[in-house]
Amino acid sequence: MDSALAIDRLHFAFTVTFHYLFPQLTMGLSLLIVILKTAALRTGNAGYEESARFWARIFAINFVMGVVTGIPMEFQFGTNWARFSRDAGGVIGQTLAMEGVFSFFLESSFLGLFLYGEKRLTPKLHWWTAFLVFLGSWMSGYLIIATDAWMQHPAGYKVAPGGELLLDSFWGLLLNPWILWQYLHNMIGAVVTGSVAMASIGAYYQLSAKFRTHAGIFLRTGVIAGTLATLAMIFPTGDGQGRMVAEHQPVTLAAMEGLFETAQGAPIAILGQPDTERLELDNPLLVPNVLSFLTYRRWGAEIKGLKDFARDLWPDNIPLLYYSYHIMVGIGTLLIALMLLSAWFLWRGRLGETKPLLWALLLALPFPYIATTAGWMTAELGRQPWLVYGIMRTADGASPRVSAANGLFTLIGFLGLYLVLGILFLFLVQREIEHGPVTGGAQ
Amino acid sequence: MIQIIWFCLVAIMIAGYVVLDGFDLGAGIIHLFVARNESERQQVLHSIGPVWDGNEVWLLAGGGTLYFAFPALYAAAFSGFYLALMIVLWLLILRGVSIELRSHVDNAIWKPFWDLVFGGASALLALLYGAALGNVVRGVPLDANGYFFLPLWTNFVPGKNAGIVDWYTLLVGAAGFVALTMHGSYWVALKTGEDLQRRSRAAGARTWWVVLALSALVTLASFELQPHLAAEFSQYPWGFVFPLLALAGLIGIRVFHAQQKDLGAFLASCLYLIGMLTSAAFGVFPYVLPSNVSPDAGLTVTNAAAASYGLYIGLAWFIPGMLLAAGYSVFVYRRLAGKVEAERGA
Repeated sequence: MDSALAIDRLHFAFTVTFHYLFPQLTMGLSLLIVILKTAALRTGNAGYEESARFWARIFAINFVMGVVTGIPMEFQFGTNWARFSRDAGGVIGQTLAMEGVFSFFLESSFLGLFLYGEKRLTPKLHWWTAFLVFLGSWMSGYLIIATDAWMQHPAGYKVAPGGELLLDSFWGLLLNPWILWQYLHNMIGAVVTGSVAMASIGAYYQLSAKFRTHAGIFLRTGVIAGTLATLAMIFPTGDGQGRMVAEHQPVTLAAMEGLFETAQGAPIAILGQPDTERLELDNPLLVPNVLSFLTYRRWGAEIKGLKDFARDLWPDNIPLLYYSYHIMVGIGTLLIALMLLSAWFLWRGRLGETKPLLWALLLALPFPYIATTAGWMTAELGRQPWLVYGIMRTADGASPRVSAANGLFTLIGFLGLYLVLGILFLFLVQREIEHGPVTGGAQ
Repeated sequence: MIQIIWFCLVAIMIAGYVVLDGFDLGAGIIHLFVARNESERQQVLHSIGPVWDGNEVWLLAGGGTLYFAFPALYAAAFSGFYLALMIVLWLLILRGVSIELRSHVDNAIWKPFWDLVFGGASALLALLYGAALGNVVRGVPLDANGYFFLPLWTNFVPGKNAGIVDWYTLLVGAAGFVALTMHGSYWVALKTGEDLQRRSRAAGARTWWVVLALSALVTLASFELQPHLAAEFSQYPWGFVFPLLALAGLIGIRVFHAQQKDLGAFLASCLYLIGMLTSAAFGVFPYVLPSNVSPDAGLTVTNAAAASYGLYIGLAWFIPGMLLAAGYSVFVYRRLAGKVEAERGA
């Protein structure tokens, strides 16, 4: 691989991975905050209002991080991927510009009022500002997923004689069949991150015998939302997304699953290391027929293995793709188990006293972030070697005049800057958590 | 024709960004000098706190609009000005976190540190934005495929081997810096009271003279360096309306300043910025990025535009979308109207 290309890829991968640590929480929290504020309006219970304010402070820190790390994402299409931008900008520029016009203006306008205007607004009007922030951020999610969906499964375009890609159908682009499951899978994934964060902080307060009222609210909201969301991750959204991949990117499916040989009644690999030299899965732990069933709802259906695809169509990093996918599914499964168990104890009214479970919820905090990152790595490594699936190879999209040295210079710059941002972020969030939902500490 | 409409719309987006984020950049530049104590620093920050992020959305929305309407320009300019743009991104990051993080810790080292970052990043951004405009007017060495790459600086001479920074772009950068300083001063004067307001007004009045001098110098240097400007203005004399707007803005600032009308002075300053930007856009037209090597290689409104189907479709959502966005902005600015206070609730 040409080194400038490798650096351009790392540049985007690193900055987008770091960026998405923040929106996944804010998109999930925006929904949970609306729920808390609704409960506050309905019950008049001050605990809900204080909980909403506490999470709004956490939201605000995450939102700033999301904004400042988000601006480089749009710019990088032009800086590092100029040939891609030039040929595809007429199509995906639509969704990116729409994101700015329809979501960011909405989100930022009302976020200012939501965070700074509570004293100047009636409670109802303040609820609306929270709702509009939620609406704006979820719309922004749709338009970004529509952009990614077009790269995964291009629709609504035609190829001009000069090779550039022209928009042919606006609705074809916006209603690309790839969008639906990916959008739902991604947004519910954000709700998982938000719910686990809320339950985790609730468990922390509960275990340290602080802010008992709020701990109860956090645990209840986080566990109920988390149970519904983790279940929805696997069915129907994860299932739907997987079947889109099987239909439109069969070689990606084979690589994700480590399936080298075409098989009727293909097994699913729980464990194993794909060996791309000897073309087999080392140390496999297989469950027969399951992959065929999940993909086609028939135990004996045929699934094509990697060996039956041309080598130049294989994703270029099969082991990483395979591990990312398995990490996502593995953590997802564990989170479902944790949430179901917590929901059971919550229903029996014993969650607050069950210390091992509270500890498990507390320590669960990083895992939705890892699963989400692994999920996005699965999607984007699975798209390789294509930048736009089937149309433009990744190697053909990078900027022709930006050298490896300049790319490395700015990559190092981002690494350093984001390290500092990460430390500041953890420091500030930790302070907010210690400070708690109300002044006065232990209750 | 549709391409010209989008050229105007992109120009409006960029002008919107400069006018709006311009005042909070200006506030960042002057706050180190006009705000003398913690309460005054807080007042400056509260005057931009709820809106700076919305103002930066204009950059994202403007960038997105540029991307889809003129993809070839987006690709060439963003990869060609690679280093400068990355520095802009880093400064935007530092500036954003400095505004938001400052208030989180009450500490004698924490706050002054972020104040310095806020001021420094704002100042450098204003300078770089000006320099970027200078680069667009001067032209860049586009190759046969429509790409280029500029080092940050070479010999500081705006010839064929110029870098991003040469004496001309630095001059435009300096003009951008003082113009946004003045712009921000009148914003802070508008949103605050007493000593802070008085000092901000005084800062606005003092920078006005520098703005006047640098505007004149930049105009002379631009016509000297980029012959296309003179050709364009003499072919379409109605275009003088744009520099006249800038001039009216400059005079207006002085008149309103004398009457102590901060809102008038601020709006006149908006008019000045819009006049300068539209003059540059008009003068460079039909180029969107001229070549400083051979005129034929320049990117124009037509050869850099996306296909017309997308552009027509774009109009259908862009206009209602921006009307909605303008609606929210008006709602928010009205809700937050009036002077800021030093302390605010959570």
